[in-house]
Amino acid sequence: MVDIESFSPGPAAAGGALIGLAAVLLMALNGRIAGISGIVAGIMAPLKGEGRADFSWRLAFVAGLVVAPLLFALFSGAPVAVSTPHPVWMMALGGIFVGYGTRLGSGCTSGHGVCGVARLSRRSLAATVMFMASAIATVFVVHQLFGF
Amino acid sequence: MRILSALVVGVLFGLGLTISGMINPAKIIAFLDVAGNWDPSLLVVMVSALAVSFVGYRVILAREKPLYEPSFHLPTKTAIDQPLLVGSAIFGAGWGLSGLCPGPAISATMLFAPPVYAFLAAMVAGMLLHDFSGRRT
Repeated sequence: MVDIESFSPGPAAAGGALIGLAAVLLMALNGRIAGISGIVAGIMAPLKGEGRADFSWRLAFVAGLVVAPLLFALFSGAPVAVSTPHPVWMMALGGIFVGYGTRLGSGCTSGHGVCGVARLSRRSLAATVMFMASAIATVFVVHQLFGF
Repeated sequence: MRILSALVVGVLFGLGLTISGMINPAKIIAFLDVAGNWDPSLLVVMVSALAVSFVGYRVILAREKPLYEPSFHLPTKTAIDQPLLVGSAIFGAGWGLSGLCPGPAISATMLFAPPVYAFLAAMVAGMLLHDFSGRRT
């Protein structure tokens, strides 16, 4: 059943367009793919004794991500609320999988799902189909078989 | 300039995640829950983001170089190999367990939701686990 009450096509289309615009601008200005997992991994690269050349712009991008919801709350007057329906241990386990999987698979929802698919990269298309299918299957198992 | 531009673009990206509701794990899980009360919003977000980026990339990548860098930095790998598929399957499982992927999780840092911090700490640990376990991407 489609959840008509929660479905929000207007904000979804507007927010999606902003995400697309951000991806295009990062390419137009800095020549970079807006892949968050890669950007975060790059920030941690000095830990491995690798170069710091791209450290600053990556940190600036992440800072922008962090302040954005605060700016939105400030200008809209509506607080940004998040809710986490699954138990904390599932969030932590999910975090490990997301961290490891995005490094092994060279990208996440933004880098593969938006930037890669927009470039018509076959690699990114395959990755996107894979993580979508895996995520849908995981939620099915968690909800239908384990009853969370 | 490329640091300032990254900051501004990061804000735009974060606003997109916030306005679309994708910053909220409950909304992500409602999309992935096709057998429950399905919320198709994420599909609209993806289609909208792809429409803009598809057209925008066509225009931008036809240019010689970006504004603040000597050249475009594009991925060079083309093979659909095992690490890509296995990694994406593991990422998808984590996305389904938590309702978070890296962008929304980082954007939600200042919203003081403790489960998000558990996710973020684990995500960094997972990345380091990969990078220090001998595999290099």
